Amino acid sequence: MKILVAVKRVIDYNVQVRVKEDGTGVVTENVKMSTNPPDDNAVEEAVKIKESGKAKEIVAVTVGEEKAQETVRKALAVGADRGIHVKVDGIIEPLAVSKILQKIVDKEKPDLIFMGKQAIDDDCNQTGQMLAALLNWPQATFASKIEVKEKSLEVTREVDEGLETIEVNIPAIVTCDLRLNEPRYASLPNIMKAKKKPIEQINASDLGVDTKQRIEQIKVEEPPKRKAGIKVASVEELVQKLKNEAKVI
Amino acid sequence: MSVLLIAEHNNKEVKPFTLNAITAASQIDQDVHVLVIGNKADEVSKSISQVPNVKKVIHIDNEIYENYLPENFTPVIVKQAENYSHIVCSANTFGKNLMPRVAALLDTSQVSDIIKVISVDTFLRPIYAGNAFATVKSTDQKKCITIRPTSFDPAATSGGSAEITKADAGEATSLTKFIKREEVKSDRPELGTARVVISGGRGMQSGENFKLITAIADKLNAAIGASRAAVDAGYITNDHQVGQTGKVVVPDLYIAVGISGAIQHLAGMKESKVIVAINKDGEAPIFSVADYGLEADLFEALPQFLEELNKLNTIQK
Repeated sequence: MKILVAVKRVIDYNVQVRVKEDGTGVVTENVKMSTNPPDDNAVEEAVKIKESGKAKEIVAVTVGEEKAQETVRKALAVGADRGIHVKVDGIIEPLAVSKILQKIVDKEKPDLIFMGKQAIDDDCNQTGQMLAALLNWPQATFASKIEVKEKSLEVTREVDEGLETIEVNIPAIVTCDLRLNEPRYASLPNIMKAKKKPIEQINASDLGVDTKQRIEQIKVEEPPKRKAGIKVASVEELVQKLKNEAKVI
Repeated sequence: MSVLLIAEHNNKEVKPFTLNAITAASQIDQDVHVLVIGNKADEVSKSISQVPNVKKVIHIDNEIYENYLPENFTPVIVKQAENYSHIVCSANTFGKNLMPRVAALLDTSQVSDIIKVISVDTFLRPIYAGNAFATVKSTDQKKCITIRPTSFDPAATSGGSAEITKADAGEATSLTKFIKREEVKSDRPELGTARVVISGGRGMQSGENFKLITAIADKLNAAIGASRAAVDAGYITNDHQVGQTGKVVVPDLYIAVGISGAIQHLAGMKESKVIVAINKDGEAPIFSVADYGLEADLFEALPQFLEELNKLNTIQK
């Protein structure tokens, strides 16, 4: 079995994001970038499945600018076998990413595709579902547990009501939640080894996919600030304020 | 131009967030039609037909729709979409799972999780977990949009009398099989819709100590929330998590106890109407969003808080 894992390079989740003064976006210069957190869970799950003997090969793929390759290199360091970097500059929407991934799937013919449930930059939560639609594959989104069976996966999904379990036929797409597993750190020897693993570079334009933006970003601004509150001296004062001033209890 | 809204329901009742989505849909265009796909879901269609903002209900009924599998829902939505300019749905796990599958087949770049309708093609949406707001304009002919339900008031549930029409079901998928759903049963209000939420963080130190929070939740008829740190530490199950990776809540009163206020937690609660923070670290970032901050040891403050609440003879429910 072959697993394709899609990873995205985003602003590190510990960074306090700042909006550019001209309203064109957020500041990315000299800001720490990392792999999108739930994408790390997707890589980890693929590696665990390979370690259990149920998968033979893991291919990590990313779509993005030159430096996006770092996320593929990181996936290689924790256990992916080889990488693919589809190069494209500028904003690229989930619909275009899923069309690019569809081309990669046509070529690689994986049995499973894993990725994070959502990227923490644009918060779109679309790519996995869109790719599933384009391929006409089943989808298991928000996965918090995956059990590999002979021709299917049993996936537990985190939904608003609680947990839902579905069985999806292979080939399938799974989008991973943060609670699926605990991503490992790459060891130094494995980081060194990863440098020798191959990463194939493809230009998005060579794939014949239209990556033109369909959504114009008119402006990006700071969210309205909350009015500074007050500190109360005692529980008694707190309850009195909630009752008489805020009138919420 | 008209809007097709995909209803979320459990085959018996409409899920409350569908009503919030109807409000947003009617801000896009007055001609709002609601698509109810379900199994023996006649009651759902009937109740939606009474929402004054709804002009028409399209009902598709078949046993294959019992468990809302997107593989089954998508083909019939795509078919119905022909007649509409906008396809909309609430941005909870139901809509997030479903809408991109529809959008891809319509070759439309979806606009996710909008918090404001600016015009028929322009919307406001949070990015970076609410640390920035983006104004975006969709240039696709057909627009697929998901709506953050807590940013819109729920539509009225009576007074309307929309026509209900039936449409044909599609084929059942063989790709996916529903196995089970484990709903978290509770006498408390649901976290996403509660008027009051009280949440505990790592400062609670153990799952056992959450009983201090439970006692106050009982008194205030509040839902119980938690920070990711408390969930990761195993103090409480993850369906209680408030934040970027958990639930986004907008109650009238949010009480954060022993929560430092990581960016990811603030993203899930900072739109609450009144925020109270109880924390012994006076420098904790949670105080920067709190209307009322109490710098105190929670193990002393919570029992006192309960005692003070007990002294009040009226408490809003």
